[in-house]
Amino acid sequence: MQDLRYARASSVAEASRLLADGGPTARVLAGGTDVIVQARERTQKISLFVDIKHIPEAVGVGGAEGGGLTLGAAAPCCHIYDDASVRSSYPALVDATSLIGGTAIQGRASLGGNLCNSSPAADGVPPLIALGATAVIAGPGGERRVPVATFTTGPGQNVLEPGEFVVALEVPAPAPGSGVRFLRFIPRNEMDIAVVNVASALRLDGAEVAEARVVVGAAAPTALVVEEAAEALVGRPLSQESIASAAAAARAAVRPIDDMRGSIRQRRHLAGVLTERTLRDAARRARGEEVASHP
Amino acid sequence: MVAPAKKPYRVIGSRPVRPDGTDKVTGRANYGSDIRLPGMLYGRVLRSPHAHARIVRIDPSKALAHPGVKAVITQADFPAAEDVITDLGETASNLKWLVDNVLASDRALYHGHAVAAVAATDPHVAEDALGLIEVEYEPLDPVLSVHEAMAEAAPRIHPHMHTVEMLARFSPGPRSEHDIPNAASHLRLEIGDLEQGFAEAEIVIEREYETGTAHQGYIEPHNGTALWNESGELTVWLSTQGPFMMRDQLARMLKLPVSKIRVIPMEIGGGFGGKIPMYMEPMAAALSRKTGRPVKMIMQRDEVLLGTGPTSATYVRVKLGARRDGTLTAAEAYLAYEAGAYPGSPVGAGGMCMFSPYSIPHQRADCYDVIVNKPKVSAYRAPGAPAGAFAMESALDELAEQLDIDPLELRQRNAAVDGTRRIDGAAFRSIGNEAVMRAAEESPHWNSELQGENRGRGIAMGYWGNGGLESSAYATVNRDGTVGLVLGSVDIGGQRAALAMQIAETLGIDYEQVKPIVVDTDSIGYTAVTGGSRTTFASGWAVHEAGLEIRRELEARAARIWEVDAALVHYDDDGVIRGPEDRSLSFAEIAGQLHRTGGTVQGKADVMPEGTGPAFACHIVDVEVDPDTAKVEVLRYTAIQDVGTAIHPDYVEGQIQGGAVQGVGMALTEEYVYDDEGRLRNASLLDYRMPTTLDVPQIETILVEEPNPGHPYGVRGVGEVPIVPPLAAIANAIHQATGVRPRTLPASPRVLLEEMLPEA
Amino acid sequence: MSSRIIVSAEINGEPTEFLADERDSLLEALRDRLGLMGTKEGCNNGNCGACAVLLDGRLVNACLVMAAEVDGAQLTTVEGLAREDRLVPVQETFLERGALQCGICTPGFLVAAHALLQEHPRPTEEQVRYWLAGNLCRCTGYDKIITAVLDAADRTDVASG
Repeated sequence: MQDLRYARASSVAEASRLLADGGPTARVLAGGTDVIVQARERTQKISLFVDIKHIPEAVGVGGAEGGGLTLGAAAPCCHIYDDASVRSSYPALVDATSLIGGTAIQGRASLGGNLCNSSPAADGVPPLIALGATAVIAGPGGERRVPVATFTTGPGQNVLEPGEFVVALEVPAPAPGSGVRFLRFIPRNEMDIAVVNVASALRLDGAEVAEARVVVGAAAPTALVVEEAAEALVGRPLSQESIASAAAAARAAVRPIDDMRGSIRQRRHLAGVLTERTLRDAARRARGEEVASHP
Repeated sequence: MVAPAKKPYRVIGSRPVRPDGTDKVTGRANYGSDIRLPGMLYGRVLRSPHAHARIVRIDPSKALAHPGVKAVITQADFPAAEDVITDLGETASNLKWLVDNVLASDRALYHGHAVAAVAATDPHVAEDALGLIEVEYEPLDPVLSVHEAMAEAAPRIHPHMHTVEMLARFSPGPRSEHDIPNAASHLRLEIGDLEQGFAEAEIVIEREYETGTAHQGYIEPHNGTALWNESGELTVWLSTQGPFMMRDQLARMLKLPVSKIRVIPMEIGGGFGGKIPMYMEPMAAALSRKTGRPVKMIMQRDEVLLGTGPTSATYVRVKLGARRDGTLTAAEAYLAYEAGAYPGSPVGAGGMCMFSPYSIPHQRADCYDVIVNKPKVSAYRAPGAPAGAFAMESALDELAEQLDIDPLELRQRNAAVDGTRRIDGAAFRSIGNEAVMRAAEESPHWNSELQGENRGRGIAMGYWGNGGLESSAYATVNRDGTVGLVLGSVDIGGQRAALAMQIAETLGIDYEQVKPIVVDTDSIGYTAVTGGSRTTFASGWAVHEAGLEIRRELEARAARIWEVDAALVHYDDDGVIRGPEDRSLSFAEIAGQLHRTGGTVQGKADVMPEGTGPAFACHIVDVEVDPDTAKVEVLRYTAIQDVGTAIHPDYVEGQIQGGAVQGVGMALTEEYVYDDEGRLRNASLLDYRMPTTLDVPQIETILVEEPNPGHPYGVRGVGEVPIVPPLAAIANAIHQATGVRPRTLPASPRVLLEEMLPEA
Repeated sequence: MSSRIIVSAEINGEPTEFLADERDSLLEALRDRLGLMGTKEGCNNGNCGACAVLLDGRLVNACLVMAAEVDGAQLTTVEGLAREDRLVPVQETFLERGALQCGICTPGFLVAAHALLQEHPRPTEEQVRYWLAGNLCRCTGYDKIITAVLDAADRTDVASG
C-alpha cells in the first residue's frame, strides 16, 4: 500500500473541499473494491482517500421526488438489491448488483464507484445507461447532472473535473410496458470481469416495440449504445427476425480488443448472443413476466 | 458410498472429529504467517519485470538510506554455489541452479524471478523500499514454449547445458548423442517391440495434445520467518510440506551443518506439492544474519503465481494401435514438458503413468524435459500424470468411437491386472484397476440416462504409483491411559486424525485417547514430505510399529506385575493384556502402574516402507455446453477410486473431491496467460480462474477398497490420483456434447468457441 | 512517511481502541496491530474471501477495507463467532463433516456462512453456493463445505424452533 491519508467527509461540501485541497491524487473512497486495490498495487498515484460513506445523500437508496429512484453513489450493492422498490421496479439493477463480485464484494462495492472507475467492462454501467440514469455531480462549481451514457469518456477516463465527485445516481421511473435486462458473459460463474456484457431496454406498445436501447459493455473503449440495434427494433413487432437484426447490429457496432479475457471474435460473437438474450428477457419483463436475475 | 471393508476394525473406517479441528474453526490455529517475534523485521522481494534479461547492476543505496530499512540482499550475500554443469558437465542436482532460482545471479530467467530482498521495521516501509532498489537490466529474447525452445536455432537459455540421456526416472546418464536445444534430458521408457505392435494393429490413430500452465493454487501464500542468532544457529518458522527437506536444502545452500538449523513447521494452508522447494526462506535467513533480528517474509498473491513453481505446460503426441475387437497392440508417446527456467519437469511421470491402467504388450514413451523462460515448475498433485492421461484417455475415446465400442468396455477389455507389466518393466501386484472399472460400470451415474440437448458424458481412467519414503514417529503412554503421539509428518488435511486412528487401532484403544502433535526437525527423526500420497501409508507404518513396540513392552510389564513368563502374556487387539489364570489388565490399568514397574513406556519407529500400493481411479462426468457461448457447465461428477482401506472416509472422500475439482479447473478455466515478451498477464486470483462453489456440483465418490498387502491396514495413497482423470473425462464429455474434440486445455470458452463457430 | 491513527471500534463485542498505520487495511490492522490472527490473508485483493469479516453486520473482505474506515463500527471476526466456549452450529458441522482440510480458508467460510444463515436460515444448496462463491477453497472441492452449511441450517432451525 502506498503512503496515503484517510479523511472522512460528513457532508457534500466537506467532501468537495477535501477533494479540492487534496489535488489530483485525492480519490473518493466509496466501497473501495477498485481504489484500494489500485492504491495497494500502485497502479495509480493516490495520496488521500476521501470517505463519502458518512454523507447521507451518498449512501441512500430510495424513491426520488416526482417518481424514479435515487441511488447514493456509495450505496453498497447489497443495499440496492435488497431494496424492495429496486426489486419490483428496477430488476436490471438487481441483475447487475447481484453479480458484481461475491457476497463480500457486494457488501462494499457501489454503482458510483463502478461508474467512476470507468472500466469498459463495468457491470453497473450498461444497465444504468439502459435505464436512462443520470449522475449527480458535486464540486467546487456546485452541482451538475450528466447522463451516465456520456459520463465515461474512455478506459479509466470520465467527465469529472478536479474536485468533483458523483454524489448520487438518478434513475427515472420505468414507463409502463417497459422492461430492462442485463447479462454478462464470464468464463466462470462468479468472480470474473465481463468478457462482454449487455443491457437491453424495451418499451412495448401492444406487440410493437415503441422504444429500445441496447448497451454493450467490454466491447469498445466505453459502454456502447447501439443505435442501429434500436432502429432494427422500433416500430415493428418484436420477432425472431428483428431480434436477430438487432444482434447483427450489435456485432457490427462493437470495436473489441484482444486481451487475456477475450478475443475480438469471441467478443463480437458474444455481443450478438447477449443482445438476443437480453432482448427476449426485457420483452418478458415488459409484459410483466417474472425473469429471475439468476437461474 | 463405501464398499464393505475387508477386515473388521474398531477405529479405522470411522469418522471422528480431527484433533486440530477446534483450533481451525475458531481461528486459533497458528499458520506460518501468524508468527510474531520480538524485534521482528519484515522482508519483501524485488522481482524481475522481464522474462529474460541480463542483470547489469543492482544499486540498493537509495533503499538503504530510506528510514526504517535495515538491509538489502542480493545473491552475492549467499555462499558461492559451485556450478556442476560448467565444472563437471552433468545435470544431477546442480546447486547453482537451486541457488539461482532463489535469487537471480547474472540473469533473470523469468518474469517474477527474485533479484533482491529487503528487510525493514514495518511491512509498508519494506514495500516502499522495493521501489528504491535500482536494477539495470539488459532484456534478452525470451523462449516461451517447448516448440520454440527445441527448434534448431533456438537461443540456449543455459549455454553450457547439453541433453542428458536418463537411464531411468531420477537417474541421469551420459550426454545424449542427439543434443536438442534447451532439452535438459531425454528419457526413453520401453517394453516389447513397438514395430511388431503396430504391425499387429488393424487400426492406428495418432493425435497431439497440449495443456497450459496450472498452479497448485493453495489459498495460503508462501511464508517464512528466520532468526539467525549470534552463535550461528538458524531457526526457521514456516508453512511447508517438508520441514526436513527444507532444513537440508537450507544447509546445502547456506553451507551450514544440519545441526545448526531448526525448522519449525507451523500449520500449513495447502500445498499440493508446491510448498516443498525453498523460495524466501534463505532470503529471510540472510536478512536475519545481516540485521541480527528475526525477519518475516510473506508473499503477495501475485508473487505466488509469478515466483513459485506451477506445473508444466505440456505437449504430448500419442499413437495407439489396436485390433478391430479393441485389443490394444501398441502405444507410443512423445512428451515434451516445460521445466521452466531450470531442469526438473515431471515429464518422466507423464510417460510412466499414461499407459499404466492398460495391458499393452508393446509400449514406448520418449520424455523431454525442456527449459523455457517461465518459473521453475514444482510438484503439483500427481506431477506430470494429468497431461499424459489427457492424451491417452482422449485418444482411447476416439478409438472407442471409431471401433464402435463402449468407452468403458474398451478400457475393461484392456485393463491392467495383477501381473501386467508397466512401461518401466515392473509387474503389478494386488491392484484394484478392474474393480474400479467394475464399480464404474455398476455406478448409478453410469447407469443413468443423460437427457437434454448439448449434453455429453465422458469417462477416463487415471493411475498414480504413490510414494513411500522415510517417516518417524514415537508414542508415549501416559499414566491415565492416554497416548501422546509425536509426528514428523506435517498435517495438511487430516493426517493427525489418520495417524492417531491407526495407532489407536494397533493399541486397541479409543481414538480420543490419542493426542497427536507435529514437531520440529530437532525433535524427531527424518520424515519426508507430506506429499506423494505417502503420509497415511508411510507414517501410518511408523505409528503402527511404534504401537507394536508399546504392545511388546506392556506385555513385559504385565509379566513382571504378574510374575509370570513374558511368553504367557498376550496383548490382544481389544487393548486388553491377558495372562495365565484369566489374569488381565486393561490399557488404562497397566498405564497406571508403569511408574512402579520401570517407568515410562515409549514406542518409537523410523521406517522406510516398501510395498506402496498403486492407485487407480475412474471418473465419470456429465457436461452441458452452451452452443452460443461455448461455456461448459459440469452437471454431475462421480469419482471412483481404489483407496486400499479408507482410514477416515471423510478425508479420503475430501481428497478425491478436491483433486477432481482441481482437475476441472485444469480442464476448463485455469491457465497462465503470457504476452509476447513472456510477462505473465493474469497473476491474480481474479484472472487465474480456479473453480468457485458455482462452477462445480457435489462430487459423488465411490470408494473401492482393495487392501494394499504392503501395509498393516491395507492403506494405499489416495491424494494424488484424483487429479489424473478429470482432464480427459471432461474433454470426452465435451466431445459428446458438441462434436468438438478439445485437444488443447483448458477448453476455455474462448478456445472452444473458435472450434464451434463456423469458419470466419 | 506513514502516520499513525487511533481507531475505536467494537470488535467481537469488546470496545477496542488501537493504533494503526493510516495506510493499514483492516486485515493488516487485525493481524499486525491487534494480533487477531484468525482472519487470514489469501490474495489481499478481494478475490478469495479468506479475510471475510462482518462490518456492521455486513459481510466484507477485510483486505478491501481501510483500518481507518472502521472507526465507530462493529466488527465480528472468526474469533467472535463462538461465545462462552460454545461453537456456533456451522463450526460444529464443519468439524463433524470434515469440511476443512488445510483450514486456511475455513475462517472466511465460517464467517460468510454464519452471515448467510443469519439472513437465510433455511437456504437451498443453490443459495449456499451463490452466497459462498466469493470464498475459494482449494482442498475440498466444496462438497463437504456445502453439506456442512446445509446441516448447520437444519441445526439452527431446531435450536431456534
